[in-house]
Order: sequence, then structure tokens, then C-alpha cells
Amino acid sequence: MATVSLRDVKKSFGKTDVIHGINIDIADGEFIVIVGPSGCGKSTLLRMVAGLETVTSGEISIGDRVVNGLEPMERDIAMVFQNYALYPHMSVFENMAYGLKIAGTPKGEITTRVEEAAKLLQLEPYLKRRPRELSGGQRQRVAMGRAIVRKPSVFLFDEPLSNLDAKLRVQMRLEIKQLQRRLGVTSLYVTHDQVEAMTMADRMIVMNGGVADQIGKPLEVYGNPQTEFVGGFIGSPPMNFLNIALAKDMPTQAARLGVRPEHIQIAQTGALAHGKVLYSEALGAETLVHVKLADGSFATVRQDASLAQPEEGAQVGLAWSKADQITFDAHGHRC
Amino acid sequence: METREGMVEKRGAGLWLTHLGLIIGLLFIFFPIWLAFVASTVSQPEIVKPPMPLLPGDQLFENYRKALVAGVNAPVALMMLNSLIMAMGIAIGKIIISLLSAFAIVYFRFPGRRLFFWLIFLTLMLPVEVRIVPTYEVIAGFGMLNSYSGLIFPLIASATATFLFRQFFMTVPDELAEAARVDGASPMRFFLDILLPMSRTNIAALFVILFIYGWNQYLWPLLITTDPSMNTIVMGIKQMFPSGDDVADWPVIMATSILAMIPPVVVVISMQKLFIRGLVDSEK
Repeated sequence: MATVSLRDVKKSFGKTDVIHGINIDIADGEFIVIVGPSGCGKSTLLRMVAGLETVTSGEISIGDRVVNGLEPMERDIAMVFQNYALYPHMSVFENMAYGLKIAGTPKGEITTRVEEAAKLLQLEPYLKRRPRELSGGQRQRVAMGRAIVRKPSVFLFDEPLSNLDAKLRVQMRLEIKQLQRRLGVTSLYVTHDQVEAMTMADRMIVMNGGVADQIGKPLEVYGNPQTEFVGGFIGSPPMNFLNIALAKDMPTQAARLGVRPEHIQIAQTGALAHGKVLYSEALGAETLVHVKLADGSFATVRQDASLAQPEEGAQVGLAWSKADQITFDAHGHRC
Repeated sequence: METREGMVEKRGAGLWLTHLGLIIGLLFIFFPIWLAFVASTVSQPEIVKPPMPLLPGDQLFENYRKALVAGVNAPVALMMLNSLIMAMGIAIGKIIISLLSAFAIVYFRFPGRRLFFWLIFLTLMLPVEVRIVPTYEVIAGFGMLNSYSGLIFPLIASATATFLFRQFFMTVPDELAEAARVDGASPMRFFLDILLPMSRTNIAALFVILFIYGWNQYLWPLLITTDPSMNTIVMGIKQMFPSGDDVADWPVIMATSILAMIPPVVVVISMQKLFIRGLVDSEK
């Protein structure tokens, strides 16, 4: 168990700066999700904490040790890779035991620890199998097991669920979260999936182009995005960005208006904007109505399935309460 | 590996014709070997007297015993031992050196890494024969004529094998090396515990190829072994041919030829399964 702190951590490959200074203090046992689109530097950041990439400048500490110059093994971390990186010629048992074996752990203890982890992950029947004889979900569990048996003070996850099918992903994300709660190990989890970020994180770091746009609790980030990018990236369908002229009494620097799809209603009276329905997607519990506004921009309305579904091509009015609108300046920052 | 019925379905005449073609081809290739075998089982007068015998005679044990124990210049058993040591030395040495150099080239960033790779690659263009005179000079200078080290060392570095292992290592996902690093494995530990077992089939395939390469070396042993007790079998056969007015002991020479074929055949057959797997699929 340990705290992790990043102090102005930067990374450049040659002359290209990929990470422009990240600061965060992670509490003991906290589950932090780093989320962002491909190429935003989230994996690089994680690999720097792991010790697989060097730190160009800044300081990474785990516990109260600065680990910048330490080898991955000396950092007391365990990592789960996207493609699991299981050793193909070793059995499940050997895969999980390998780190302990290198550390010189006594045989008896290795066996107990691996069996303990196998039990926790329901892998007991598979201990003798090779990775290729396992399904994707089981391999994922073995990779988790390999991390658990080392009893590290920090878990690092690099998009561990992206190779699984949708249903399994939902199941595994719950399992990982529960496991982390039970073990109470500080975790950093990288993903590009905002649903994973929302559901798993104690706090999340939303990264964009090597910068942490926002760090906060999931609902706080969702409800109160600090930049236009965060508003568009977190939430599905994304936040609607509308012409500032649709709202009155705005600060002078305001350039755009952000409103979440669920905060817009289709209403004839009190409508703030008007447009034509392009198409509706009925998802069962809710319906997404895509509207082309009079000024040419687009908006999505998320409404309960019990409400009347507008015809395609119909003219509708859109209304929202002033409390639900968020304004951004010309650079995409909150104002 | 699962066996599947032919991709292209063949029936009746087509199938028979294919088999007929294969059988004729086989007989064509097998016939000289058969003749050699027949010649190794008859007596000297029977061979020289036309027509040539086509069925085995009764001298099998006598001829083979004579070849193995006495030979012409040196006993064939000794020559086979020499060949075996040379072929094993070349095959194993080449594999060890290539594995290590490929490991260095793929997994370590050192100055001149690309340069070294291309230098190794360039030597592919230089067959033994091209560099044989300078090599001889060097080996003679070291006093390694008529020795096993002289037979083995000049042939031990292999660009082909290095290249093959490099290609294989490059298909191994980077994450595996990183996982091993996180697990605390040192580079050599990673090499021994993970890379080496993963290269098992490639090593087997290469061993077969290199063993046969080493076994069949002719020109190099011919140059550096003047002492008959250091002769290898492939060049030894040639040495058995008479010079001047001597009479060739053809049955013994043929018996030697047949004996010379056995070890490569044994190696190929015993490693066939691994060999084919090594060439066909890569286990990841």
C-alpha cells in the first residue's frame, strides 16, 4: 500500500513533447483512471510510473521514495498489459509464480500465494494449462493473478479490457473494481473508454494532447467539465455545443454553450432553439433524438422512452434550464 | 496440426496420376542410392564384371566391417566420429552465437547497432569459398591445422541463423520483455527463461539444417586436414579413390558412402516434427 505522487512530470521523445507536466497526489488505496483519446500520452504516463519509460523531467514518488531512477521491479509495482503478455510456454501457475521465483521466494510460499490468488480469481481448475488453452477472459484473470501474487503497493493497468468482447468487458470491469476494493491497493488504470472511467474511478485524469485537462471525481468531471474537450469526451452521447447567441446575459468572453443531451427537452413553449429532427434512435429505455438546428449546428436530445418520439423531418423546439448550461471561451476553457 | 483433405478436391485418374508421378520421381532419385547399396554388398570382382549387379550380394557384413574398422586411409568409424564432432560443433556453436547476437541486436540499443546488423547481413554474400584462402592463413597461423577447432571455428559464425532469429525475436511482443522486466528478470534471465523456450522450434529447424551443412562440408576439411586420422567422412570418400595404378576397393567405398548418409537421415527423421513446426508456424 502506498501513495503515489507525480510532480510536474514531463516526457519528450527527441524534440517532440508528449507529456507537458502532470501533477497529482494519489491517496493510498485510491483507484485512479487515466482516460483520453489515442495518442494523448496516457499510456506513456503509466509506463513512466512503471519504470518502462524514462522521465524527462519532474519527479515520481511511490510511498515516500522518489523512483525516477529505479528499475520496474524495485518500484514495488505490478502491471497488467493490454495483450496480457503471458509467457506462452509456461503454465498458468508458472506465469503467476515467475516474479516470485525471481525474487527468490521460498517454494512453499510461492505455492500458497499462487493458490490463494487462483482461488480469488476462480482460476483453480486452470493452473496447469497454457495461456493459449484459455479464453480471453481467463487470460485476463491470469494477468491479474500475476499482478496480485506479488502483493505490490501499486497496480498499473494498461487498457486491460480492450481485447475483450463488450459483455465480458462489463463483467470484468466490475470484477477488477471489486478486487481492488478488497485488496485496497493503490491503482492506476489507463483506458480510452469513458464508461470504464466513469464506473471504476475514484478520481479520473482526463488527458488531452499530453495535458491533464481535468482531475476529479467522475460525477464532478461529468457535471462540471473544465474544458470543452472534457465535456465532449466524457458522456455518451457527448455534450452538445451550441451557438452562444442562443443564451442571453452571457459573459463577454463566452464563445460556446455546452448542454448535456439529457438536459434538453423537446418543447414548443419556452423553446430556446429550433430545428428539424434528422432521425431518432430508440434504445429501449431512452430515445436519442438528433436535431439539426436553424443555424446549421447539430444537437442530440436524450429523452425517456415514454415521451412521444418526434417524426423525422418534424420541426421542434428545444428547451433547457439555465442552470444546466455551461459556457466555454474561445480556447475551450470554462468561463 | 490438423490434417485436412486436400484443398483442391481430386478424384479418380487425377489422384492416380499424381501418385504415379511421385512414385516415378522417387524411383528416379532413389535408384543411384540403391546402386550404391547393392555395390556395398558384393565383392570387388562382381562389381567390375559387367553387367553391373542390381540385387544385393552376400558380402554386406564383410564390407561394412572392413570399412568401419580398417577403411582405406583411416577407419570409417574414426572419420564418422570426426564428422560428427565437426557437424555438432558447427550446428551448436552457430545456434548459440546467432541466438546471442540476434538477442543483442533486437533487444539492446547500443551505438552502431544498425551498423553491426548490416555488417553481419553483408557477410551473407560471402560464401566459404570466397574467403577460404585468408581463412586458411589465419587458421594455419594459429596452429589449428589438423584439429577439431580448426574444422569448427571458421564455419561457426552464421549470418543466416542470426538473421532468422532476429526475425523471430522481432515477432515476439514487446510487452513480454516488459512483463519480464516488471517481474524482475534481468536481460539474461529473460533470454534464458522466456526467449529460449519460445525459440525451441526454430532452434530445432535450424539444428537440422546446420547439422547437415556441417556434415556435408567438403572443401574446408580437405584443405586443413592432412592427417588421415582427422579426415571427415565426406572428404574421406574422395580420399579413398585410388591414385595411379592402385585398385579401387569399390565395395568398401560404397559402404562408406552409405554410412555417410545415415547420420543426416537420422537427424532429419528424429527431428522431423519439430523441424516442420519450426518452419511452418511460430508459437506465440
